[in-house]
Amino acid sequence: MQLAVRPGVRARPRTRVRARRIRLLPPFARTLLALAVLAAPALGGVLPEDEADLMYHSYQGGDITVQGPSVLIRKKIGDSLSLTYNYYEDLISSASIDVKLSASPYHEIRKQNSVGADYLHGKTTYSVGYIYSKEPDYIASTTYYSLSQDMFGDLTTISLGYRRGWDQVYRDLCAAPHPTNSECPDIINDPTFHERADHWGYSFGLTQILTRNLLATLNYEIDTDQGYLANPYRQIRYQSGGGAGFTLAPQIYPDTRTSNAASVLLKYYLPWRATLTGSYRFYHDTWNVTGSTVEADYTLPVWKSWIFDGSLRYYTQTHASFFSDLFPYANYSNFMARDRELAAFDSVTVGVGATYQFEVPQVPWIHKSTANIRYDRLMINYKDYRDALLAAQYGAGNEPLYKLDANVLEVFLSIWY
Amino acid sequence: MRADGEQRSGRGSANSRVRGALLAVLALGAALGGCTPIEPWVKPYEREHLADPIMSLGRNSIAATYRDHVFETREGSHGATGAVGGGCGCN
Repeated sequence: MQLAVRPGVRARPRTRVRARRIRLLPPFARTLLALAVLAAPALGGVLPEDEADLMYHSYQGGDITVQGPSVLIRKKIGDSLSLTYNYYEDLISSASIDVKLSASPYHEIRKQNSVGADYLHGKTTYSVGYIYSKEPDYIASTTYYSLSQDMFGDLTTISLGYRRGWDQVYRDLCAAPHPTNSECPDIINDPTFHERADHWGYSFGLTQILTRNLLATLNYEIDTDQGYLANPYRQIRYQSGGGAGFTLAPQIYPDTRTSNAASVLLKYYLPWRATLTGSYRFYHDTWNVTGSTVEADYTLPVWKSWIFDGSLRYYTQTHASFFSDLFPYANYSNFMARDRELAAFDSVTVGVGATYQFEVPQVPWIHKSTANIRYDRLMINYKDYRDALLAAQYGAGNEPLYKLDANVLEVFLSIWY
Repeated sequence: MRADGEQRSGRGSANSRVRGALLAVLALGAALGGCTPIEPWVKPYEREHLADPIMSLGRNSIAATYRDHVFETREGSHGATGAVGGGCGCN
């Protein structure tokens, strides 16, 4: 796609003060986190059960490690009200390909607190919630509102949701000189950089009983983001003479993005007490990213106390219209990005999990408890994002395509009381 | 001629009113028919399998949410993953 050159925008020279890190989460993904934890189990006509979960999660891949705890507590107050609290923490340690290319390795903590309430009236459940996420250079606040209604003899549940998010975006700098590819000893917020991003989300959901063994769900969501949507640490590269054959320059993103996503899921109960789930999601946005996700899950209880899960997920997407791994020259276009998340790629994820149900006779108020473990292997093959660290060896634009393999682990305890 | 014309015209408008009323009655009938409660084709006592915990769309929600988060931070796509709940009235 031919992109117009915006006059007057010049690529800046490589910054002297090295950005200390690459922000891990894209802005539009932050506000989505935890919504499902708080809202998913809210049924029309049925409040979620009293439950407590304690989880340890770990992600390792591409020289990034993200791990930490998460705690979820749900408690009914009377017959009509259920309250939910969730604490989630990311301990991030990164020396990813982006960090190695243009920044410094870093450690940091992101903490997120969420509260939610479900109120049941007749066959309708009203839900509200608030999510607050904070890390040194990003603060996100989100509120959400939804309602679910059972109808047609409880064969159908319809839900409507609205979400609003306000983000504060900062950029960290290293205030002390330090060797390349070593951690900064003194990190500060750049006093000249403070941006905002706003988010709106509207969702519609339908769950339908089709037969005595088959459930279907349809979901549709439209999201709009406005403000600073780029990652202030990542950079584009364009062809230039000498050295590695390229020069780095800041990314330039549009200020708005609107996306549409629709999904369908079928869940079937098999004759030998097992379930088979198939789902498909289609995604498209105004940045011209089009994605498709296909997933199949199989759940099988065995013996008396065990449940095993297996899943296979395939994902593919096209690149954003303003993405390029290597722009031909500086100021090539009015918008320019080299974020991997906007590249064309496909991925395969294979997952297995196990749940063990056990009794705690010493604690009579716990009526059910489980220990759970789940492991996923994520394999991403980029189609137009190259390993720029090898530019000196292969030449800019001729490096091998980048690949990312990651291990994702969750271990958690759940109790119902 | 004028009187006849007015008469015909008045008759024509009366006929159109009658037709309109008939159509309204038919539409009302259709609407009332539409309000007839839908008989659940899967009776509550036939939902034993749907009520099994392994059929729950919100099973292990804390882990499922984390997994969605892992994907959303690495992919350009997001949204429409939220389950709206079981909705089967089988709890």
